[in-house]
Amino acid sequence: MFIKLKSLLYNNEVRAILFQILTVVVIAYFAYQAFDNMMLNIEQSGIRSGFGFLNDEAGFAVNDNFFLTYSPASSNLQAFYVGIVNTLVVAITGIFFASVIGLIIGIARLSSNYLIRKMATVYIEIFRNIPILLQILFWYSTALSILPSVKNSLSFMDSVFLNSRGLFLPKIVMGTEFYLVLASFVIGVIVYVFIKKRSNKKHDDTGIATNTIPHFLGLIVLLPIAAYFVFGAHLEYPALKGFNFKGGTGLSIEFFSLAFALSIYTATYIAEAIRSGIDSVDKGQKEAAAAIGLKQSQVMRLVVLPQALRVAIPPIINQYLNLTKNSSLAAAVGYTELVTIFSGTVLNVVGQAIEIIALTMLVYLAISLVISLALNIFNKKMEIKGK
Amino acid sequence: MNKLLKLSAASLLVVTGFSVNANTLSDVKAQGSLSCGVSTGTPGFSSPDSSGNWSGMDVDVCRAIAAATLGDARKVKYVPLSAKERFIALQSGEIDVLSRNTTWTHTRDTSLGLNFAGVNYYDGQGFMVKKSLGVNNVKGLDGASFCIQAGTTTELNLADYFRSNKMDFKAITYDTSAQTKSGFEAGRCDALTSDVSQLAGLRSTLKDPSSAVVLGDVISKEPLGPVVRQGDDNWFNIVKWSLNAMIEAEELGVTSATIDRTSTSPSVQRLQGKSGKLNEHLGLDKNWSRNIVAQVGNYGEVFERNIGMSTPIQLPRGVNQLWIKGGILYSPAFR
Repeated sequence: MFIKLKSLLYNNEVRAILFQILTVVVIAYFAYQAFDNMMLNIEQSGIRSGFGFLNDEAGFAVNDNFFLTYSPASSNLQAFYVGIVNTLVVAITGIFFASVIGLIIGIARLSSNYLIRKMATVYIEIFRNIPILLQILFWYSTALSILPSVKNSLSFMDSVFLNSRGLFLPKIVMGTEFYLVLASFVIGVIVYVFIKKRSNKKHDDTGIATNTIPHFLGLIVLLPIAAYFVFGAHLEYPALKGFNFKGGTGLSIEFFSLAFALSIYTATYIAEAIRSGIDSVDKGQKEAAAAIGLKQSQVMRLVVLPQALRVAIPPIINQYLNLTKNSSLAAAVGYTELVTIFSGTVLNVVGQAIEIIALTMLVYLAISLVISLALNIFNKKMEIKGK
Repeated sequence: MNKLLKLSAASLLVVTGFSVNANTLSDVKAQGSLSCGVSTGTPGFSSPDSSGNWSGMDVDVCRAIAAATLGDARKVKYVPLSAKERFIALQSGEIDVLSRNTTWTHTRDTSLGLNFAGVNYYDGQGFMVKKSLGVNNVKGLDGASFCIQAGTTTELNLADYFRSNKMDFKAITYDTSAQTKSGFEAGRCDALTSDVSQLAGLRSTLKDPSSAVVLGDVISKEPLGPVVRQGDDNWFNIVKWSLNAMIEAEELGVTSATIDRTSTSPSVQRLQGKSGKLNEHLGLDKNWSRNIVAQVGNYGEVFERNIGMSTPIQLPRGVNQLWIKGGILYSPAFR
């Protein structure tokens, strides 16, 4: 019996499994001990613990708020939600513009035009090599000093105003009129997509291309505008009353500075990823595409980019994740995102560091995992197509 | 296996080893210096000069505690902390005492595992506005934007005040006091709100101080004082009575220059450590209160040196006057 056990212990497979189990047990034990010890310490030092604070009244105001209702009388939980939404808004805005700028600069890096090529290089070398925090502060102070004061706002048709506090836009007044306008827009899009599909098919079948731009303008731009006037929908315009603009909706200068700095900075990395992606596409592919009579722009759009993106997507995913995480630098300019609101103000009011920081980390983890999941799915799709 | 056991035993020690030590006095004595949490730079309260020497009202509380416990007011290690970091630094034991213009509130006192050891300055929240706005009271600021420092009671007071007066406002919260000031200077907000004691100092550092005015309105109570961890009552008593010793000295008319003069007054003799046993239950030397007054001064001296009318801050004594002179400073009986 003993000998059997001993030989079992010297069995390589059994040993491997045994040690793995042992490692997991030891790690779990230490994690549990650390947690238990932490809770004991907290209890002994008389610090409040648990998540009851989430239902307490927040008591402070938040400057940037996009879709949620929030006032100082709201709970800490609502402040938490406002923080998450604000983080997502700035991250999505940043990701969108960083991708657009990155794509343009990445292609420009390989342009045959000397000036364009060099300018793209200079752009990348400058913005990639300055710490992001400095850039955020730089754009913020530049915006504050260049833009006019509230009283001297730049105005566009008396409905859009820009000043050192932000951009103020007319707000849609929700109601039947607005829904009719929305419906006409949706119908326009559906009809246009149908027309476009038909013209594409005609192009594929007969080689005759139809110009669908007039259809686009008519259905997607003019139709909703006409509906707007016909149904009598209206907007709420911002107006200067007292110290600030009232009515309408606004985007703070803090939001702009942060989104701008994040886009400009992250775009440099995306541009490099795209450049290396394009470089990886075999020269023969371009020559073959040109040989069958595709235009330069078509070669890029239809042949080179789909193959280049396959290589570029994994590093781009990393950049999207970095941008999202970098958005937590907002505290420097006072944009009220998750870190500023929740692990800043709420933490200081409530004082429960462990719970609050843990929740904040959980949110970032969740956002990052969702982004990387989405892009991995996209990546899979691209890969299969390519092969 | 043996190795693994040893390893796990060692790690266990690490994991369980960092429970909070409850004898701060012996720790301070063993270190030979007091670790004192101060602000990152608040003129008149705690700010470093160009050669790194700290001074201010809050700094003098640190110095008084060092004089009482170590016999030397210079034996202080200053730890600059932002508003957000301060309580965590104290809770975790990184500092022995927090003396950083911290408002004594019910929530902080009861839920953070901390104790407020007294009040060294009675403050209130005020407003600084651009002169060009032509506003002369807070009621005239309906709809205005305010620059505030994040993580302060100021944020909550502002919201409370405007809510209760049914007024509209926007708050732009910055991380540090310096950023708040530059936001105000750049015109991002119409008014800057902070404790009155800080407004005067901030105004004096504006590029053009005459372009801004401090309004007369005060919208909150901000009793500022030193804070210690809960669970070490002796240390709590030491900090509390170090502060009281300075107030008592002023009331007795004893200054740093006159503390060593022979006196017939039993009260002065107790302060000098020549009679009574006020040191015993604190676990300090007989000279503890004498050292505070001799090395740091009485409350009045400290006030005048740091924020009084002869300094750039130019704050009047106001309520921070002794109770016998019409203020509310009052040390419990020193006997």
